[in-house]
Amino acid sequence: MKELALHILDIAENSIKADADNLYIKVLEDTNKNILSIKIKDDGNGIKKDILENITDPFVTTRKTRPVGLGLSLFKVAAERCNGFFEISSNNKGTTIEAIFEHDHIDRAPLGDMSQTIISLLLWENDFEVKYKHIFNNDVFIFDTKEIKDELSGTKIHNSTIINWLKEYIDENISNLRGGEYN
Amino acid sequence: MKSLEELRDLRKKVEKDIEMRKGLNKPKIIIGMGTCGIAAGARNILKTVMEEIDKRDLDLEVTQTGCIGMCEKEPLMDVQLPGQDRITYGNLSTDDVKKIIVNHIINGKVVDDLVIARLEE
Repeated sequence: MKELALHILDIAENSIKADADNLYIKVLEDTNKNILSIKIKDDGNGIKKDILENITDPFVTTRKTRPVGLGLSLFKVAAERCNGFFEISSNNKGTTIEAIFEHDHIDRAPLGDMSQTIISLLLWENDFEVKYKHIFNNDVFIFDTKEIKDELSGTKIHNSTIINWLKEYIDENISNLRGGEYN
Repeated sequence: MKSLEELRDLRKKVEKDIEMRKGLNKPKIIIGMGTCGIAAGARNILKTVMEEIDKRDLDLEVTQTGCIGMCEKEPLMDVQLPGQDRITYGNLSTDDVKKIIVNHIINGKVVDDLVIARLEE
C-alpha cells in the first residue's frame, strides 16, 4: 500500500464486516521519540482463537472468494520493515490492532489521505460510530461521528454535500495539527 | 478553519434537497473496496464519485462491497440504472469514472470499452 491511511481503511473494513458498533482509530506521532503508532480497535465479533494464531499468514483467511487474505499480512510487514512491530489481540468482545513504525524510517509510507479514509468508512451503509484521534507531539485532533450526528440531528451523513464538507473539515484539522503538512 | 456550527446550516440546506428527492428510484453505483481494490486505487474512485455527485448535483445511491474475486481487474465499479442490466467496469482511472458518470449515468449510454462484465436485470 502506498499510504498508511490505505492500510487503516483496509483493516477498519474488517471491523465493519465483524458488525462493530464502535470503531476507534488512533494515530500517534511522536517525532522526539521517533514513533508513529496506529491503533485500530473495535467492538465487533472478534476472531476465533485458532484463526488468530496465524492471522498474519497470507494463507489464513475467512473469506470465501479465494484462500488468500492479504490485509493484515501487508500491515504487519509494513511495520516490521520500519523497525517497528505489529500486535493483534481479539476476543468475543472485539479486536485491537496496533502497528508501530519508526517515524523517520526511509521505508515508512506516508500517512496519506487520512480524511478520505475516514470518509470512505462513513460511506458504508452499516450503522456504526467512528472515533478518530490524531496526536502529533503535544497536539490532539478528535473526530467523533457521535458529535457529528448530534449536529446533523437525523439528517443522513451519507449526503454528498455533507460528506465533502466533512472531508475538508478533517483535512484542515489534520494539516493544522501537523504544521501545514498534510501527508 | 471550519467549525461544526457550519454543519448545522449545511444540514438545513441538505434537508430540503432530500425532501424533494424522496421516493425516486435511483441509479446505483457499487465500488469494490477489498484489500485488492484499495491497493489498486478504489479509495480515489470513491472520492471522484462523491465529487462528481456534488459538482453535477446528482442523486445516486453509492455503496461499497468487498472483494468479488476479480482482483486483477480492480478498481471495479458497477453501475445499475433502474430496470436495466448491472454493468461492471474495471481497470478504472478517475478520468474513466468521470466518463462513466457523464455517458452512462447522465446520458444512459454504456461506456463499452471499459465494460468487463454484464449482469442481466
